[in-house]
Amino acid sequence: MRTANSSGGDAGEKGAIEAVLSRHGHDAARLMQILREVQDDLGWLSPSVLTAIAEGTKLPRARVEGVAGFYHFFHTEALGAYRVLWSDNITDRMLGSVDLMARMCKKLWLKPGDVSEDGLVSVDTTSCTGMCDQGPAILVNYRPVTRLTADRVDTIVDLIRHKTPLDQWPAEYFAVEDNIRRKDALLSHDLAPGDALRALKSPQEVLDAVKASGLRGRGGAGFSTGQKWDFCRNAIGSGANPAHYVVCNADEGEPGTFKDRVLLSSYADLVFEGMTIAGYVIGAKTGLVYLRGEYRYLLEPLNAVLERRRAANLLGKSILGQIGFDFDVEIHMGAGAYICGEETALLESLEGKRGVPRKRPPFPVTSGYLGQPTAVNNVETLASAALIAAKGAAWYKGLGTAKSAGTKVLSISGDCARPGIYEYPYGVTVAQVLADCGARDTQACQIAGASGLCIAPSEFGRRIAFEDIPTGGSFMIFDNSRDIFEVARNFAHFFVDESCGFCTPCRVGTTLLANAMDKIHEGHGGEYDINDIWRIIRTLKVASHCGLGQTAGNCVSDTLQKFRPSYELRLNVRDFEPAFDLDKALSKMREVTGRDDPGAHFHIAHRKSKSGIGTKAGDPV
Amino acid sequence: MNATASPPVKRKLKVATTSLAGCFGCHMSFLDIDERILDLIELIEFDRSPLTDIKHCSPDCDIGIIEGGVCNAENVHVLHEFRKNCKILIAMGACAINGGLPAQRNSLDIRDILAAVYAQPGRGVHVPNDPEIPLLLNEVHPLHEVVKIDYFLPGCPPSGDAIWKFLTDLLAGRTPTLGHGLIHYD
Repeated sequence: MRTANSSGGDAGEKGAIEAVLSRHGHDAARLMQILREVQDDLGWLSPSVLTAIAEGTKLPRARVEGVAGFYHFFHTEALGAYRVLWSDNITDRMLGSVDLMARMCKKLWLKPGDVSEDGLVSVDTTSCTGMCDQGPAILVNYRPVTRLTADRVDTIVDLIRHKTPLDQWPAEYFAVEDNIRRKDALLSHDLAPGDALRALKSPQEVLDAVKASGLRGRGGAGFSTGQKWDFCRNAIGSGANPAHYVVCNADEGEPGTFKDRVLLSSYADLVFEGMTIAGYVIGAKTGLVYLRGEYRYLLEPLNAVLERRRAANLLGKSILGQIGFDFDVEIHMGAGAYICGEETALLESLEGKRGVPRKRPPFPVTSGYLGQPTAVNNVETLASAALIAAKGAAWYKGLGTAKSAGTKVLSISGDCARPGIYEYPYGVTVAQVLADCGARDTQACQIAGASGLCIAPSEFGRRIAFEDIPTGGSFMIFDNSRDIFEVARNFAHFFVDESCGFCTPCRVGTTLLANAMDKIHEGHGGEYDINDIWRIIRTLKVASHCGLGQTAGNCVSDTLQKFRPSYELRLNVRDFEPAFDLDKALSKMREVTGRDDPGAHFHIAHRKSKSGIGTKAGDPV
Repeated sequence: MNATASPPVKRKLKVATTSLAGCFGCHMSFLDIDERILDLIELIEFDRSPLTDIKHCSPDCDIGIIEGGVCNAENVHVLHEFRKNCKILIAMGACAINGGLPAQRNSLDIRDILAAVYAQPGRGVHVPNDPEIPLLLNEVHPLHEVVKIDYFLPGCPPSGDAIWKFLTDLLAGRTPTLGHGLIHYD
């Protein structure tokens, strides 16, 4: 576990920083990794630490602080020797996370977000940690603890109070299950490590096969993988160090998605093999995995797989004895930023910057990592590509539908008997999925995450496919006992937390949307606020810089159309009501002046007024 | 009705204006429409406004233009009077729309601020409590958190040209748009 930043003093601090810096060659492009490792050693990133890193990397200090301030998992203030973060996805909440977190805070005498006075512990929330099928989940010093119960919370509180190192906590607390419930072509593959590489023909032939297979990106957007590789292969590197890169996008931050976690836990060889094949096709020597900070616990196992593959000559120089076939993979850790799942924000982050999406064009295939041609692919896409290389395009093309070849791995969570991982050929109906996972009395499914689609029972005949419902894999189920308005409100707050802050429509719009939802939640909403919500969603959609803002209103707009009564039942009959209690807003002044005369009150509580606001609220007497 | 009769004289619209927790900068900017105010006065008559010194709104105002946010009880009463008496209410300028500069105090507790302001060496703190003085709200609010606002005219202040464009659009029945040069500059 991390230790509080007390022992060692300045000299220890300098030594630790220097060790990390030299491990990364003082390379400014590796700032993310440097910050993470220094924070691991020192507990937090103090002003003097940031200064030392800025000097060591020859970066402006503001740039270093800007990066440290951008990511949720970097802290520029001390947050305790134990940092507890509760996953705040709606699925965690449905499993009781709110009450359990309150219980933990009460037992620790803490308010959420505060650090205990002895500097021992802080408790806060974070966005979905990808443990939706085994929640409620927390991260303790960025290690996941799953299936929280009242008993587990009580034990954890004791462990923290007694300063028990994480390594001595019950091992079952850290158990993360795969929960694979349905396997199809990908998850039931019978390939040994290297099989797909041994089947490789010329790069052009492999490219043709990937194109012919009809493989499309599994992150959700569904761009043709073969075409992407073709563009990248034809692009020419530039500058002093021309090169091509393969980047594996393992930043699955979309709430409700956890299939990449399972692929990286149990199918890592296939993913790395897919990266190697991508490198072979586009002519890249280097592959980078961008692994989300929430999956930090996978870093060592994945590095072990890489080591094994190097030893087996499946990575490194002259792979499988083929002269000139050089390729290796390195894993970069993210630090808790949903926006970095967007490929250009991911590239910025890989280069050690704030995760702000780039303008496109140029697209990453011509100007990606370090300005060089880069193929950015989803974890599942790369694994599927390896499968295609081994088993042929025709076989793969035969799976799924005409426009959506192959299979899709779904992450299923929420109200069903068997949450977990389900792989289906494309074209499966929502109703079929619901039946298979044991969902009953379902009133809604949120597919493709917070930015995705909320569908009602009348649409359960629709299909999971690019031509109908495209999805990166998130599939959250809500039964009749759930309040759909609260689902949408949870997502509205998610986007406030995750907006990168670069463009005003998104930065301000997401907050305005959440404020409007809160106002309705608190019983102050009227038709005015519904109209306001539509106006905000429209602005988000047309004016935002990237997909985050453009889709941030989707859930509210879907639920407003399909579950309107869940909003209406909260509305006041009146058109407009203030966002706060007017009379209460004078409370502090009444306290300090001692006044309680009629002028020190608004005469009628705004809620009781029948004929418009303030009709009798005359001037102070 | 006789088809040849001359068209009825168009009624002048009644416009009321006020400054709540603002600096009167928006009103000053309003005067930057310069001689166009003569064209404007053909279309409107001013009701309650610092320009007329009328103290209360007529019950049949058409348009209310409000500068500044809501920082005290009197602001709330004035705002309610405007909402009650105006068909269309416009929030003019940054403070009316976002709270603006006065809302900088929202990050502090009002009791702490007053304790610091009214501390007298050796004599403790005495915050004025005369009933004539309106009480401050715990926080400064933008107008739309207190009453329904129909239109927002952003700027700090909006330029005279922007105000002119906004009002002439509105008076002609067009949804006001400012566009390039008046709110967009890049």
